[in-house]
Amino acid sequence: MTEINAKGLRFKELNEKIRAAVAKGEKEITVKGVNGQYYIGDGLRGTATIALDGVPGNDLAAFMDGPTIVISGNAQDNIGNTMNSGRVVVKGSAGDVLGYGMRGGRIHVLGDVGYRVGIHMKGLKKQSPTIVVGGKAGDFFGEYMAGGVLILLGLNEKDGATLAGDYLGTGMHGGAIYIRGAVDKGFCGAEVGITEPDAEDLATIKEAVGEFCKDFGLKPEEVMKKPFKKLYPASLRPYGNLYAY
Amino acid sequence: MNHNYQKDISGCGLTGLINKKRRRVSGSEIVKSLCLMNDRGNGLGAGYAAYGIYPDMADFYAFHVMYDDPGMRHEVEDHLRGNYHVEKTEEIPTAPVKAIHISPLLMRYFVRPLKERLAGGIGSDDYVVNTVMRINSESGGAFVFSSGKNMGTFKGVGNPADIARFFRIEEYEGYIWTAHTRFPTNTPGWWGGAHPFALLDWSIVHNGEISSYGINKRYLEMYGYKLTLLTDTEAAAYMLDLLIRRHGITVKTACQALAAPFWKRIDAMPEAEKEALTALRQTYGSALLNGPFSILFGHAKGLVGINDRIKLRPLVAATHGAFTYMASEESAIREICPKPDKVWSPRAGEPVIAELE
Repeated sequence: MTEINAKGLRFKELNEKIRAAVAKGEKEITVKGVNGQYYIGDGLRGTATIALDGVPGNDLAAFMDGPTIVISGNAQDNIGNTMNSGRVVVKGSAGDVLGYGMRGGRIHVLGDVGYRVGIHMKGLKKQSPTIVVGGKAGDFFGEYMAGGVLILLGLNEKDGATLAGDYLGTGMHGGAIYIRGAVDKGFCGAEVGITEPDAEDLATIKEAVGEFCKDFGLKPEEVMKKPFKKLYPASLRPYGNLYAY
Repeated sequence: MNHNYQKDISGCGLTGLINKKRRRVSGSEIVKSLCLMNDRGNGLGAGYAAYGIYPDMADFYAFHVMYDDPGMRHEVEDHLRGNYHVEKTEEIPTAPVKAIHISPLLMRYFVRPLKERLAGGIGSDDYVVNTVMRINSESGGAFVFSSGKNMGTFKGVGNPADIARFFRIEEYEGYIWTAHTRFPTNTPGWWGGAHPFALLDWSIVHNGEISSYGINKRYLEMYGYKLTLLTDTEAAAYMLDLLIRRHGITVKTACQALAAPFWKRIDAMPEAEKEALTALRQTYGSALLNGPFSILFGHAKGLVGINDRIKLRPLVAATHGAFTYMASEESAIREICPKPDKVWSPRAGEPVIAELE
């Protein structure tokens, strides 16, 4: 176990310390006094768990490939850009553009997330990125989604509350979005179909919710009591004919 | 290929605070908050605006003037003396800073238009606006970059810490502060182009770019504004003056003109609201700010933060007791307010309006 004090450190110094600890083979790293330092865990490989106390800066876990990052409070923008594997756990809320172009691994946010979450997410064969959000999401949730799984839980919302913003799944052509609550068709992109999840979907949700609940000490059976809607791409090539004439 | 190439990744950063009970705080607070976001700018511009800093001179317009050409000073001062009662003339206090090699001559005047100049029924605010437009567009080297009462802006080319030391920001105390670190995108990084942009009591800091600048500029020119500072944000400052002071619409309504809801949202509103917003969009089509922005604007009665309609730039708000904070990043708020009562990300196009009691 290594403890790093981030107070007053610039992002470069802090990231050098974290990288040095990982390079030494340290598996448990705790960072105290984080506030605003960018690029934490970017491109990092291995299996270390990095616990951050505070509000880390933008572009955390970009291109990350393996480690687990646990954030005690809120997180800012652009987390998990093109992340390949590993896990990011946010105990507060997170900002805009979470999981942009994400290719694998898991991001769990207990609170709300901002705009443009899970856009351009992609998956292939065993690679299936998963984002589970305990609260609500802003506009453009899952825009241009090409693969993977997005789950919105709305844990503290009343029945019938709308959990996502406008332009939900616009341009979606792969993957699945599961929403534990109401979906307003008027807020969805034209490419999105809405349906009830089937047995296979429910297995996917159950597995993802189980992992999410482990991180926050919640009971998965409670979460699963409310029904989900599934959003799926109505066409795999929605723009196939766009330039055909 | 050079693999050591380090891309300069930047975007503007902004931060602001208000104490609703008018308790004044030292500029060192806002400097601390802004400096946390140092990496958002690239050293080509930083600035601060503060309200409540000249309580002994609160009846006078405080003109902050930069002279690119010190020779312009006599001409501008002759003009001021001929049209204003000049209560006090002084250099803006500065401190030597190693990183700031050159700076324009920076002067401060506390003035009030002469009574006989207001004889035609023109209000003193309008008179001041005309003076600012005239000096900025005609003098060719002098720029009035602050012209409000009991407030002032301080800005230049440099990074946030250096500009703060240069203007001795920590020596001022204000109940509203805004601050900005700049990454100029399409326009030159020069002293007059740093934020905040100010006219009368309006001061504005902006992250983003206003792609409707041409339309906004032509619209403002019809009302006598002259856009001389070579950057888009200037248009937003004058637009607030036009809409709120001259046309008398509320801050909230002005925000709905600058970041109007999409027609599809308006069509879904209850009839009365739909009618009002339709009329507003039709009347102020040329005031709509298009493109990505987050903006903070200070005025004599408060502080407002607003985003573009699809949230293409960040904005976080927080409250703690009588304080409201707004910034590009939550960490910039926590740097000076570690345990806020409430933190939230305002929705796109929905203003955060904090007013003095």
